[in-house]
Amino acid sequence: MANSNNNRRKFMATTLQSVGLTALGGLLWSGYSDEVKASPLVLRPPGALAEEDFLKACVKCGLCAEACVNRDSNKKKDGTKRDGTLKMAKGGDHRLIGTPFFIPTEIPCYMCEDIPCVPVCPSGALDMPSLLDEKQELDINKARMGLAVVHKESCIAYWGIQCDACYRACPIQGEAITIEHHKNERTGKHAFLLPIVHSDVCTGCGLCEKACVTEKPAIFVLPIDYSTGRAGDHYVKGWDKEDQKRVGKAKEIHTKNERSEKEAADYLNMEVEY
Amino acid sequence: MKNIKYLLMRRVTQTLILVLYFGANAYGWHMLEGTFGSSVLIGRIPLADPYTTLQVLSTGFVLGADVLLGALIVLFFYMIVGGRAFCSWVCPINMVTDLANWLRRKLDLDREEVNYRFIKRRARYWIMVLGLLVSVATGVAAFEIFSPITIMQRGIVFGFGAGGAVIVAIFLFDVFGVKNGWCGHLCPLGATYSLIGKASLIRVDHDHEACTNCMKCKIVCPENQVLHMINKESIMVTDGECTNCGRCIDVCDDDALGFNIRNFANSGKK
Repeated sequence: MANSNNNRRKFMATTLQSVGLTALGGLLWSGYSDEVKASPLVLRPPGALAEEDFLKACVKCGLCAEACVNRDSNKKKDGTKRDGTLKMAKGGDHRLIGTPFFIPTEIPCYMCEDIPCVPVCPSGALDMPSLLDEKQELDINKARMGLAVVHKESCIAYWGIQCDACYRACPIQGEAITIEHHKNERTGKHAFLLPIVHSDVCTGCGLCEKACVTEKPAIFVLPIDYSTGRAGDHYVKGWDKEDQKRVGKAKEIHTKNERSEKEAADYLNMEVEY
Repeated sequence: MKNIKYLLMRRVTQTLILVLYFGANAYGWHMLEGTFGSSVLIGRIPLADPYTTLQVLSTGFVLGADVLLGALIVLFFYMIVGGRAFCSWVCPINMVTDLANWLRRKLDLDREEVNYRFIKRRARYWIMVLGLLVSVATGVAAFEIFSPITIMQRGIVFGFGAGGAVIVAIFLFDVFGVKNGWCGHLCPLGATYSLIGKASLIRVDHDHEACTNCMKCKIVCPENQVLHMINKESIMVTDGECTNCGRCIDVCDDDALGFNIRNFANSGKK
């Protein structure tokens, strides 16, 4: 009797220990896992799902990166090849390990027409249907790897110096980046030739960033989430019947706090408080 | 030569597989492309790692058919050749931990007093389940974020970076920490393959009549609890944790061990 009691006690203790240690491991592991996911400023291959889903889906096999480096268009005349655009994140890259990404200032995406990196993806992390046009053919122009952003203060075109390096490098020339002419009031007789990025066309390939002449590129690609805002359904274009419909989706929001009790003018003139 | 036959065959197989994977990236070969997570054999047959596949499914993502089919193919293959044949014939970490084991023996670290046994061999099964739970909780294949197996393989194919530190860590752990610490106690991939290989066809067979009880097999075996029949009875090694590495067969001077096809009718009943 005493023996079986001992055995039961031992069994309970070891079970408790296993469960406890598993819980401990689970907490540490989850924490680590959550941390390594957070590398937001990363550019993914064409057709990649939204980052959250991409991180779930990617099996880290590297088939995209292999297709990228071994594509026919990457061969030099002497038969050797250049490095591929896509890298597989390794320790020290500070991106989720084993996932594909690219750095435009090193090697941008050359937007191959046959998009070799996407059809080879076995998991669906690179979503081929998102890149198909009406004829069900691959169309790299539908890729949205990121969005180029111009920092006006460091872009020498905004200083009045003539430079259209990004405009010339852009593979969707005259559409993704256009040049706008403005009068240079400082000299009174020259024009500013200003690069303007159009987010409905830009694929985020990064050729502009690579081509930019400034020491640290004044035009650079950010993941779409980080280079775009969102007006929300409370603001619509009243002159656009289609757009106006969105207001129907807007949900009523009633904010009730100290500010909301004030008159509108008082409210707007208040300091911003938190 | 006789006592390293299977060892040599394994090293050749492991190296050849790595060379093919390497060549796929470096030279555009179409023999074995990708990495263990998901591969393409001779340009058409999909292969995928079952545990990776389970982890991704655990995140709630509905995987592409290629990965699912690939995982099934791998599953059936290892159900035949022995689940953990992956560990000893394919996995590159095996070369690291075998080296660690060899060093342990040379440095005389195997004596009980310097062998920390604070981890149970069954820990790997807990870790395997935990990996799936953490995948559910965090939405990312949890083991893949530090798996030394794929880190080493990707390192060889795409370049190591700081990932090499993980391999060194495993090596140090196995030499100075727990004997067979990684492969025999912690690795959830090995645990998965142990389960897959539970009923596998190819197994090590023991002939009690020929055995002289020298125990060389038990010394060299990385999972020596599976050799419980030595000097006891003539049965097969049916434990899923046996890696089918064949080292016991190599070191046996009495021909008391050899690969055999499992006889399901009699197994475990003698």
